[in-house]
Amino acid sequence: MELCEQSAFVLHQMLVSKEISCREILLSLLNRIHSRDLNAYITLFEEEALKEAERVDQQIKRGEDLSPWTGIPLAVKDNICIQGKPTTCGSKILTSFQPPYDASVISKLKEKDCLFIGKTNMDEFAMGSSNENSHYHPVRNPWDPTRVPGGSSGGSVAAVASGQAIWALGSDTGGSIRQPASFCGVVGLKPTYGRVSRYGLVAFASSLDQIGPIARTVQDCALLLEAIAGYDSLDSTSLDRPVPLYSTNLKREMQGMKMGIPREFFGEGLDSKVEERIRFAIHQLEEAGVEPLEISLPHTEYAIATYYLIATAEASSNLARYDGVRYGYRTKSFRDLYEMQSKTRQEGFGDEVKRRIMLGTYALSAGYYEAYYGRAQKARTLIRRDFDQAFEKVDFILTPTAPTQAFKIGEKIEDPLQMYLSDIYTVSPSLAGVPALSLPLDIPKDGLPIGLQFIGKTLEEEKLLQIAFACEEMKILDNSISS
Amino acid sequence: MDFEVMIGVEVHAQLLTKTKIFCGCSTNFGRNPNTQVCPICLGMPGVLPVLNQEAVELAIRAALALHCKILRRERFARKGYFYPDLPKGYQISQYEEPFAAEGILSFERNGNCKTIRIKRMNLEEDAGKLIHEEDRGSLVDFNRCGVPLLEIATEPDLTSPKDTHTFLAELRQILQYLEVSSGDMEKGHLRCEPNISLKKPGQSEWGTRTELKNLNSLKGVEKGLLFEIRRQKRLLESGQPIRQETLLWDEKREIALPMRVKEEAGDYRYFPEPDLVPLVIDEEWIERVKRSLPELPDDRKKRFVETYKIREQDAQTLTLTRRLADYFEEVVKIHSDFTLAANWIITEVLGILHEKNLSIGDLSVTPARLAGLFHLIQDETISKKMAKEIFVKMVESGKQADEIVRVQGGQIRDEAEVERIIEEVLKGNSEEKVRYQSGEVKLMGYFIGQVMKRTDGKANPRMVNEILRKMLEGNPQKSGVQKK
Repeated sequence: MELCEQSAFVLHQMLVSKEISCREILLSLLNRIHSRDLNAYITLFEEEALKEAERVDQQIKRGEDLSPWTGIPLAVKDNICIQGKPTTCGSKILTSFQPPYDASVISKLKEKDCLFIGKTNMDEFAMGSSNENSHYHPVRNPWDPTRVPGGSSGGSVAAVASGQAIWALGSDTGGSIRQPASFCGVVGLKPTYGRVSRYGLVAFASSLDQIGPIARTVQDCALLLEAIAGYDSLDSTSLDRPVPLYSTNLKREMQGMKMGIPREFFGEGLDSKVEERIRFAIHQLEEAGVEPLEISLPHTEYAIATYYLIATAEASSNLARYDGVRYGYRTKSFRDLYEMQSKTRQEGFGDEVKRRIMLGTYALSAGYYEAYYGRAQKARTLIRRDFDQAFEKVDFILTPTAPTQAFKIGEKIEDPLQMYLSDIYTVSPSLAGVPALSLPLDIPKDGLPIGLQFIGKTLEEEKLLQIAFACEEMKILDNSISS
Repeated sequence: MDFEVMIGVEVHAQLLTKTKIFCGCSTNFGRNPNTQVCPICLGMPGVLPVLNQEAVELAIRAALALHCKILRRERFARKGYFYPDLPKGYQISQYEEPFAAEGILSFERNGNCKTIRIKRMNLEEDAGKLIHEEDRGSLVDFNRCGVPLLEIATEPDLTSPKDTHTFLAELRQILQYLEVSSGDMEKGHLRCEPNISLKKPGQSEWGTRTELKNLNSLKGVEKGLLFEIRRQKRLLESGQPIRQETLLWDEKREIALPMRVKEEAGDYRYFPEPDLVPLVIDEEWIERVKRSLPELPDDRKKRFVETYKIREQDAQTLTLTRRLADYFEEVVKIHSDFTLAANWIITEVLGILHEKNLSIGDLSVTPARLAGLFHLIQDETISKKMAKEIFVKMVESGKQADEIVRVQGGQIRDEAEVERIIEEVLKGNSEEKVRYQSGEVKLMGYFIGQVMKRTDGKANPRMVNEILRKMLEGNPQKSGVQKK
């Protein structure tokens, strides 16, 4: 196994035992990146990363203690700010924008000597489920380059799945970590809303956005979450609760646990091959002593509509700041201020972003607010309540992550509604603010991964990781890599 | 034709916090452009606001002083519009859940008390400032961006430009008194946007409301309102419609012109700010702020009744405004006849303010000078009646009481002098003297009147009374007037 295919956990041990150098890990990754063009990265920090690796190697030579994160190359989604590095959000409008600040998650990882390898491609402003909405062109699915990697964290996920990164940060608003994790066969976690600071994450929908870890093993996923979770005084919505040692506390007895199988998640639109695999996974868990319980999340049918009203409304406001006045792209010719702002936005935003800005603006407009945004908020409360009630009966909920396997590039791009339905199983936990994790099942004969979604109670990331870890041990899933 | 006038105001007061409302930048005024900014107040991608607790505290102070109900749990809202001085493309403000509501502010003008209802109070952030330069085009300075503002909106209870002026002066004074705002209108630390509508007396419907902006002084507010009232009158009288619009006051030309349509707001698309958690203000917090507050008018009224033993009604009048109450307390610090001071201020002082169309702050007679006048009454240098005239002279001339008394003379209290005058009076009225001595005692008043006439009212009344009795009846009698 090449170094770029190893887990962070193993690489750390190899570094500590001086079996390998940090430079070797990095070169292995860079080799993979350059030998296989998936368009996963928008910006690579090749030279700087090599220097940083050199520094880490010196540290190792001096016999200094290494944190589990030291020198393990990490890819960062391009909507998370790293000071002085281009942050494009996959958009033309942020051309040449370099934030003079670090996102709080970046500060935390810098403290732990994590090594940043580059910024990954994504759907523009995290709006999309296929990564086709990037100004920097689509990312390809490492399992089948004619297919999409999912979105919007497609670059991060494709990089991790193909050995172009050991692990990565993504962001999830309605499924943007989990759905691509399912399409590319990696572990992706959307934490509880407020578990991870949003400071420095370029906002799409503020009440839904969460940064989360993407990795090839559950343990790496736990380790990365451990590094980024916790209260941040710069984010008023972050939760002031202690962070468990996720990575060292992964063992859990599955016997006697109750898993909820929501009937609304196994209906129309679910691909039969996907359903078959999920059913088989349920059966495997049952064999391991987990008690399945059919449950109902009755307001599921409103989730997509609710999500697309709330997320677009917030996005229309969050994206108002890109007006060409202070940074980023500005149109070349204009007569007055109004024309400068409107032409800048017209030329700087892609179609999907414009579509969502218009939807959101409409939903917030006087006379429509109550009918759209107001009702969506009420529906959101009902969806949240569905989960509260379900968790009175079960330890966790199990669903497919996405209704299908990865689809072809170009297959759904002309049909936004079909595209939106790709998030049908991931938006509900986002609206409820609860944590959810996508775990790759073993790759079927067609070679396209399928993900299993575990949904947990608020702040029960630890339990989700433990369950996922148990599944990994039971070989329910497959950590194989596409090389 | 006379019209009735209805005015409401929206005031924006910059709060005296050390740092901005959602970031740690300084709020110092007058620094070089764009030197007091950070990624947060510049609204750069990915940054988040964190609410400054000091701003909340100052807003609680103001809300308490204006008798508002403070919401215990409230959310901020985003008010969306595009303008280069607004870096996020929205302003964080409050909309459906205001900070506080339903308050009142009472003030006195011309001796009349008026109570204006406060509709709502919001916490929000200020925008930056556009600077238009001929050679360099339009520039923007974000130093002011994110400075906390307290928006105070009244019900349309004001009825004249003068009232509005007094109300604003009073409001400003309270905000300054509580150290909530510097209240400096020239520097834009306090901005006032009145709205006006007119109607003919007897009609039930008010006319279309217009709004005035860019008023940079209290005088400007008054002038702007007078202008706008005249403009609306002319339109109404000639049967033309009034457009609902915002007018900008041009201080130099003293005219108000409609804002360009583009600058006018359409739909702000308010919605709850998802980046901030609801602001929870518990009883304990309010109590803590209450304890730190300077005395509020109501409490002061109660204390006046207890400490100075004056009537509640008088205490109420004296505490109508902080200035009047301060005035009273300054006087009684020097002069200890509390009742005299209270009565005098309520009747004479408020009377002359009403007559001369002044406010207590304009009065040249300082509390010390008024106390000086009271001392002259107390030591019988002058009578109460004389004091009233001297007070008017003090107001008009700006002189002190003893100066005026020195010139015009005080009471005649020399017994020999009084006796001499009485003798003259009795000589000239021998017939009345006989009638008195034969039992017509009611003539006493007539004699006193004659003495006062001869002395220009300066003779000490108690002395006149005593000596008259002695001289008419031959033996001194204890009269109703007792020596103090």
